[in-house]
Order: sequence, then structure tokens, then C-alpha cells
Amino acid sequence: MADDSTPITEEALADDRKFTINFGPQHPAAHGVLRMVLDLDGEIVDRVDPHIGLLHRGTEKLIEYKTFLQALPYFDRLDYVAPMNQEHSYCLAVERLAGIEVPERAKYIRVIFSEIGRILSHLLNVTTQALDVGALTPPLWGFEEREKLMVFYERASGSRMHAAYFRPGGVHQDLPPELVEDIHRFCDPFLKVVDDIEQLVTENRIFKQRNVDIGVVSVPDALAWGFSGVMVRGSGLAWDLRRAEPYEVYSELDFRIPVGKNGDCWDRYLCRVEEMRESIKIIKQCIDKMPVGPVLPDHSKFAPPRRAEMKTSMEALIHHFKLYTEGFHVPAGEAYACVEAPKGEFGVYLVTDGGNRPYRLKIKAPGYAHLHAMDHLCRGHMLADVSAVLGSLDIVFGEIDR
Amino acid sequence: MTPERLAMITELKRHLEGLQAKGIVSVHASLGELTVIARRDEITTLLSFLRDDSQCRFETLVDICGCDYPMEAERFEVVYHLLSMRLNQRLRVKIRTDEQTAVPSAVQVFPVANWYEREAFDMYGILFSGHPDLRRILTDYGFEGYPLRKDFPLTGHVEVRYDDAAKRVVYEPVKLVQEYRNFDFLSPWEGMQAVIPGDEKSGEAKS
Repeated sequence: MADDSTPITEEALADDRKFTINFGPQHPAAHGVLRMVLDLDGEIVDRVDPHIGLLHRGTEKLIEYKTFLQALPYFDRLDYVAPMNQEHSYCLAVERLAGIEVPERAKYIRVIFSEIGRILSHLLNVTTQALDVGALTPPLWGFEEREKLMVFYERASGSRMHAAYFRPGGVHQDLPPELVEDIHRFCDPFLKVVDDIEQLVTENRIFKQRNVDIGVVSVPDALAWGFSGVMVRGSGLAWDLRRAEPYEVYSELDFRIPVGKNGDCWDRYLCRVEEMRESIKIIKQCIDKMPVGPVLPDHSKFAPPRRAEMKTSMEALIHHFKLYTEGFHVPAGEAYACVEAPKGEFGVYLVTDGGNRPYRLKIKAPGYAHLHAMDHLCRGHMLADVSAVLGSLDIVFGEIDR
Repeated sequence: MTPERLAMITELKRHLEGLQAKGIVSVHASLGELTVIARRDEITTLLSFLRDDSQCRFETLVDICGCDYPMEAERFEVVYHLLSMRLNQRLRVKIRTDEQTAVPSAVQVFPVANWYEREAFDMYGILFSGHPDLRRILTDYGFEGYPLRKDFPLTGHVEVRYDDAAKRVVYEPVKLVQEYRNFDFLSPWEGMQAVIPGDEKSGEAKS
């Protein structure tokens, strides 16, 4: 205890302004379990030290002990806001190594659900970013639409979030025709909802005061800090893997890539809103163009035989049994496959030794690099801006901690 | 894989093969991906060269990860994934190291390497020299061991629970009710290469 007799020096006064606070791990604006140690000078942030790993589940280790098919559901649990986009990247890696051809219809279904995933993620991010800076209504509006999209997930895969729907070789089951119609029916009214949300948030004075010129990312910074996705597009670099390294049927679809100008939180918000509209455009095109046909390769070692076939064919039954116990073998080699996930480049580096399990699987999560740059982005900002910057990085701890 | 893309990879491969002096040992292309095997001690020079060279422009470090091959003399492989957004090309750079030998840190070349190297250190115990802050990152505070090494058990060594009497979380050695089931799926007709003891002459007898 300092008593009155202690002389107060200049130095002590300056020291008084410096303090360290602990942000999280339980904090509504931390978007999960993030602990940040913030060194403050008054209200100015001097240093940010994010402590991550509180949600570390050892996904990469677990996958080394599972067959290729059993490893798939772990990807839903990474970025649990857009589960199928992660599965997609893994499936692409396995397909490249094993040389599996994906049927045309499955490619379209994958694109539809990747874009639904993108909308799911952006809806959550855009609206909770508004929540982080004080607006309560946008999340309520956004979550209503997310619920509808998750019902589509459920009708396709049987599960709202942990879908396990994409499989190496295609997708698990074909979509029922009514579902395709309902997705189409969802599209146009949803554009209206996006307009509504924008009306509520975009030009809102408080929202702009909290986001414009906050957390500015320059192009050299974005490159040096390994950013991807909206984090580079917000700074004006038109980099999108759907365009740069087209996978599935993206090269046949017509869509635009929104880019920002200033690289601040507000530009990133605008990019995300615009991307939702582009996603709707992609979904509509896919529904129009989608051919009929199989969704998994026929007579392949990598896909289960159809149920009807198993009733009559002994070989089909044996194949089914072997596939779900031993699993398939992937030739030895290595591959890095990535997709444009809602948060950026989600990559899977897969090393195989010819067995039925991955030898090593490294998950490259976009949020990991983004969160790493928190220190760089927040220095010199006010304490209150930390949550605005964090919100616009689009952090989900499932994928960062793995 | 489009023909233009294939031509790009061949072109880049030829360019890199001409640069033996920069620490490149060999260059391979497979499945449309280019891999460079490099010398450990020259990795930072190589990375900064790849970043600045006009034909490479690998300005983004996508990922650094470790990989464990316990049977080999230098058991760890450190894999760098590079991306050039300007030229739309990718490259993988691999080096080898062991438990004692430190790899020069790439933080000076790419700031993002900081956390990736911390992760490789955390998961494999790969050391990086010149790293500003080589702490553990993903595992628990006070964690011991390197979980992604092949000789680290899947279940780990300790488990935690909340002790109601002590009013805190306690760490205890792992007790499993049932052993983790690890099936050997390699069928003896395809997988077994080793000679069964006492069976050395069976091959000769048949022929």
C-alpha cells in the first residue's frame, strides 16, 4: 500500500499509465477462446500477445490414426461456421493423390454448398462485427437466414453443421429435387435481406466511426504477413483462388471478385457483403447448369457401392465392408490442395506412404496467419479498436487451434 | 491441369535448376506441384532470393510445417509452402534437420514465419536459431513432450480433471479403460515384405 508519505515522481506517473490487461479467454468479443495479453499505455495499445491453443484438440495427430474416410469429419470441426469448405480442401488433396475423377454433378453440388458455406460464414462475421461495435439487431436478422441455410445443410447431409457430406470422389448422396428447388427459392428473397442488413449497418454513423480507418492493411503488409481471402482483397489485391487456380467448375461460372480500396475494417466488411451477393449468383447459375448423373464415381475403389447393388452382388458387399473397415489406400506421395474458404486460403498438405491412413496431414488455416498479425495491426490503436480489428479478421478458433 | 499451367511449372523448374549455388539441391515436379530440396544452412538466403527474384516473386509464405521420419538419420523435414500472387505460382521447399540441429529462422524474411516456427517447435521440437520468441503456442501451459512426433502416443501422457476436494484442476497420468484399437490392415498377401523367422527357405523350396 502506498501511503501519503511516498513521494510521487514523474517516472512513477508515467509508469502509472502502463498496465497490462488480460482479454479473454471468456469474452464475448473474442469470438471463441482467445486470450490476449494487452500492454497498454493509457488507452493506447502497445503490444498484443495472443495466447492461442485453448481449443487445441490435436486434429492433425488424430487424423494420422484414422483412415482417409474417418479423417473427413474432423474437418467439419475446424471452421465450424462453414464446415463443408474445409472438407472440400481435404477431398481435393486426396483426389489429387489418388487420381480420382469427380462426376460433373458432384462438382456442381460441391460448388453450391461451398457458396452456402461462404454465406453462412460471412453472415455470421458481418453481423457479429456490428455486434462487437455495439449494434444488437443485425445478428438477429443474420442468424434467421443462417438457420435456413443450415436446414439446407441438414436436408443434404443429415446434419446442420457437422455435415461430412463431401467425400473423396464426390458427395455422399444426391440432392433431392425439392431441395434444389428450395435453394433456388431462397436466393432472391435473401438478396433482399442482404439489402436490409446493409441499410441497417453500412452507412450507420457509429459503425463507420468504429471501422473506417481502423486496422489498415497495406498490400506489402498483406503479403508479408501471409494474408489471404478477404484480408488481401480488402486491400485492393484481386486475389481469389476460385479465379486464380480454378477448381471444380468455377472457371465456367460468371462472378465478380469484390475488392476494397483502403484495406480498413470497413472495406473488409463491404467485401464480405458483396461476396454474399456473388455467392447467390453462383448458386443460381449452378442450379441452372447442374446436369443429372452420379455423384460418386461408379465402380471405383474409392466410393461405396450403391445400396441396391449390395443386395444382389457379393462383390459389392465385400467392397462395402472393406471400404468401411480398412478403407482405401492412397499411393505414396504428397500434395497441397487449397480452396478459397470464406476466411481465406484453407489448405491441406497431405503426405501419404501408400497405406490406408495419412502419414502426415498439415492444415493450413487462414485465420492463424491473420490472428498472428494482431500485434502488428493493433499497435497504436485504442483499446476499444482491438475488438473491431478482431471482428474484421474473421477469427474462428476451431481452425486456428485445430 | 491446363497446358499453360504445366508449361509454367516446367519453365520455373528449369529456372530453379540453374541455381545450384543458392542452396538448392534438387527440384522435382509431381502432380503439378514443384518441390525444391534445399540445404538447411542456406535456407534464409534461398527464401529471400525466391521472394525477390523476378521470375519467382514468392512473396507470401503460406505455411511452414514439420514432418517426422523417425527411422532416418535427420528425422525431421521442414516444409515451406510459398505462393506468388503476382505470378500465380506455388513452390514447396524442403529441408532436413534433427532434434539438436537448429534451422535458421525465416522470421527476418517473412514475419509470418514467427508463429509457424513456434508451431513446428511446439509440435516436433524442431529448433529455430534466431527466432525472437520461440515459445510453445498450441499446447497447454507447462506441456511436456512433442505431440506430433511419431513416437508420442496418441493418448498423450497426462489427463486432467477437476478435483472437487482440492478445488482445482489436477493432472494425472493417463489411465485407459480400454487400449486404443489399432488394427493392422495390411494384408499378408500384399503388405508383408519381411521374412518370417524360420521361413527363410520356403521360397527356395518352391522354385
